[in-house]
Amino acid sequence: MPKDHGIGASPKRREDVRFLSGTGNYTDDIQINGQAYVHFLRSDIAHAKIRSIDTTAAAAMPGVVRIFTGADFEGIGGIPCGWQVTDRHGEPMQEPAHPVLAQGKVRYVGDQIAAVVADTIEQARDAAEAIDVDLEELPAVVDMKAALEESAPKVHDDLTSNLCYDWGFVEENKPAVDAAFEAAAHVTTLELRNNRLIANPMEPRVAIGDFNRATGDSTLYTTSQNPHVIRLLMGAFVLGIPEHKLRVVAPDVGGGFGTKIFHYAEEAFCTFAAKSLNRAVKWTSTRSEAFISDAHGRDHVTKIELALDADNNFTALRTDTHANMGAYLSTFAPSVPTWLHGTLMAGNYKTPLIYVNVKAVFTNTVPVDAYRGAGRPEATYQLERLIDKAALELGVDPIALRRQNFITEFPYATPVAVEYDTGDYHGTMDALECMADISGFEARRKESEARGKLRGFGVNCYIEACGIAPSNLVGQLGARAGLYESATVRVNATGGIVVMTGSHSHGQGHETSFPQVIAEMIGIDESMVEIEHGDTANTPMGMGTYGSRSIAVGGSAMVRATEKIIAKAKKIAAHLMEASEADIELKDGAFSVAGTDKSVAWGDVTLAAYVPHNYPLEDIEPGLEETAFYDPANFTYPSGAYACEVEVDPDTGKVTIEAFNAADDFGNIINPMIVDGQVHGGIGQGIGQALLENASYDENGQLLSASYMDYAMPRASDVPFFGVDHSSQTPCTHNPLGVKGCGEAGAIGSPPAVVNAVVDALRSGGHDVTHIDMPVSPSRVWQAMNG
Amino acid sequence: MSQVKMTVNGKEMSGEAEGRTLLSQFLRETLGLTGTHVGCDTSQCGACVVHVDGVAVKSCTMLAMEADGADVATIEGQAAADGTLNALQQAFQDHHGLQCGFCTPGMIMSAADLLKTNPQPTEAEVRHHLEGNICRCTGYHNIVKAIMAASGQDVSSIAAE
Repeated sequence: MPKDHGIGASPKRREDVRFLSGTGNYTDDIQINGQAYVHFLRSDIAHAKIRSIDTTAAAAMPGVVRIFTGADFEGIGGIPCGWQVTDRHGEPMQEPAHPVLAQGKVRYVGDQIAAVVADTIEQARDAAEAIDVDLEELPAVVDMKAALEESAPKVHDDLTSNLCYDWGFVEENKPAVDAAFEAAAHVTTLELRNNRLIANPMEPRVAIGDFNRATGDSTLYTTSQNPHVIRLLMGAFVLGIPEHKLRVVAPDVGGGFGTKIFHYAEEAFCTFAAKSLNRAVKWTSTRSEAFISDAHGRDHVTKIELALDADNNFTALRTDTHANMGAYLSTFAPSVPTWLHGTLMAGNYKTPLIYVNVKAVFTNTVPVDAYRGAGRPEATYQLERLIDKAALELGVDPIALRRQNFITEFPYATPVAVEYDTGDYHGTMDALECMADISGFEARRKESEARGKLRGFGVNCYIEACGIAPSNLVGQLGARAGLYESATVRVNATGGIVVMTGSHSHGQGHETSFPQVIAEMIGIDESMVEIEHGDTANTPMGMGTYGSRSIAVGGSAMVRATEKIIAKAKKIAAHLMEASEADIELKDGAFSVAGTDKSVAWGDVTLAAYVPHNYPLEDIEPGLEETAFYDPANFTYPSGAYACEVEVDPDTGKVTIEAFNAADDFGNIINPMIVDGQVHGGIGQGIGQALLENASYDENGQLLSASYMDYAMPRASDVPFFGVDHSSQTPCTHNPLGVKGCGEAGAIGSPPAVVNAVVDALRSGGHDVTHIDMPVSPSRVWQAMNG
Repeated sequence: MSQVKMTVNGKEMSGEAEGRTLLSQFLRETLGLTGTHVGCDTSQCGACVVHVDGVAVKSCTMLAMEADGADVATIEGQAAADGTLNALQQAFQDHHGLQCGFCTPGMIMSAADLLKTNPQPTEAEVRHHLEGNICRCTGYHNIVKAIMAASGQDVSSIAAE
């Protein structure tokens, strides 16, 4: 019988009512009296020297308030990077300046040259067309390997080359890894590309800067997953505004998927311009603009090799990856191909020796940063495609090969510096095999073949590291931030509770799931708990929502604060009942004295805290409000096994997803309905990556897929209903809820299953295909079949 | 600028519009009905779907002036006056058919249009009808399920809530 409240129940989402009735409050819905609008004039050339910018005619056009160029930002900080990677020789990465508006050069199509502020957006756009920009076009570099050639044009003239860093992990392991390859009975090698993607949350980015001359306070309304991070980065590193004079508000946010983590130039511009003009300044991205200004994701080119012994045990793994950084370092870009990728290369397997090499490269393209999964999908895709290829070469069953090499004992210290606390990889694979009806596959294949279609089955496992992260660890790895989370639990006099959290909900349903935890702990109804998030003015400093960290880190902070509340409330209850504090028990919203029938209700205790007439004032203060900052002891390690069944039309190469099943281990689960929804969405995006999506540049640095007419987003007809199972639960051992996080799993676990299935389908038709790069589009499939 | 008048969710409303003002922009900025969302500029995403004289329209592809005198229905008019969600809205909540909520107004208006002409659509018909509505959060699973449930079909056999 499913629970009807508290942890493990699936109450309907309370935030839905406003979203379903058109009364949400997204950033673009905010209008500030007298606001002006900004339009950014962006470069349509990938690489050029700015000879001159003449704004005279444009400035005289109707409604124009002021036109800003890079010159207005001289002496003002650039957009900072939040993570410094150290290369394999112990040297820091090359880190270029990233001005708010271009200075001297433009480095990608979309780079901001000038910003026109006007009374209306139409006037701003009209005036931008009248700006006379003289650009001297320079050769652009788009391909990563070409960018590393001696003769390549340099994206940044003041850097020694286009190499951001050459990272080796674990560098000391390299000789042993190489020796294991020498000794291997079999080596499987695969070269592949993890296609460049664009996150495309449905709400485009928006920023509104506001300034109050009376108080000298600045406010930024922005579409962010982490308003406190933006306040710190923008305030301290760009504009020099201390946090107490700067408020950042991220209200309802229409999806993020990583690309709304980062601090963007438009945010700094609007805040700066509002202060300069003493007038609110609003920017709303168009979708066309989003394609060339939101940070992109993925874009890795990898050669991966697996060494096996004569019994098919994995003995070593070696990878060589080029990772595209784009033209500048976005906020967390350097960490994605390194610490979020290399540390996961062990996957679910007890490979004893691993060496990962990553060369991060500057190109004349939009900056690349974290997108749902961030590094972990890249690791999973390489490894799980490679294992399928090894199984093929060895003539063994791909599931059996995986099972043979599974890690089965926990905790498990991998050779890539992380320790998995719990997992049950056979358990999730068992669940998957049951769901996917493998025994019925041959009959389904025959049925497809009878209709002239090829049918394939693909499976893969995944492991991810969520709940980022222990601050002292990530500090050692180069993070320029702590990665704790915070919560203030404010109990009101009449017993209702407001939780102010540093986590941010932009689709995850925190307003519903967080109260479930508190309701469970105190034994009160969820309706007595409200969640406040997204406004630095009324939430404690917190690091926000990404990396599936909200419930694991933010939820843990909330638990810690609630524990403090309960401890204090017990003291008050003990006083009210003239009992010993040690004898007080809290159950179902009432405090009782063990072994007696004495009891006081939750509301009586909370009232006493605020009306302290009969109160232990000599021992404790009045009031009932506590804050906790929770810094995790380790990452969490969700894992799972996914299966995809496809049908391929041999005449056209079109792939249809016939079935997709996912068995995940997320540890304990707060709200199963929300968890299922997160997995569905992740699978949708993973299928998008595998079949449809590709951010494609031409050799001159023009983005060819720069609208929804060219960038193929999954539509409802591209996906089936999904099978989702999370019956296999090995709780996390180091956070108080035993939770692991579920936001990224679907996007991490699904692409290899799709490609494995397509390869299987083609081979069943007699085609000697071992790999097809994503997206597995009809043309690529047709070419693979027809040479 | 010209005066544009229309009936929106049963109320007479009017405002100034330029020749180039889109209906979506007019609804959001002039009339303050921000429930209609704009997610793209190529008429692909469908977040801006409203009904104009009973027909589902992407309001980013229609000029405000073209809707002069029209009867327009938006997401704000779908629930009862006391806030009670209509059957379709309620099905979206019951079946977790939304996450970030940004595409939701368009999904509801588009699905309402489908159910008007096809009261019991098959899964394939629902998926086909949503061709012009992009959701990035849900993988469509619970959206399709909610629309089928709203049409009175038993969706309990569809995997996962």
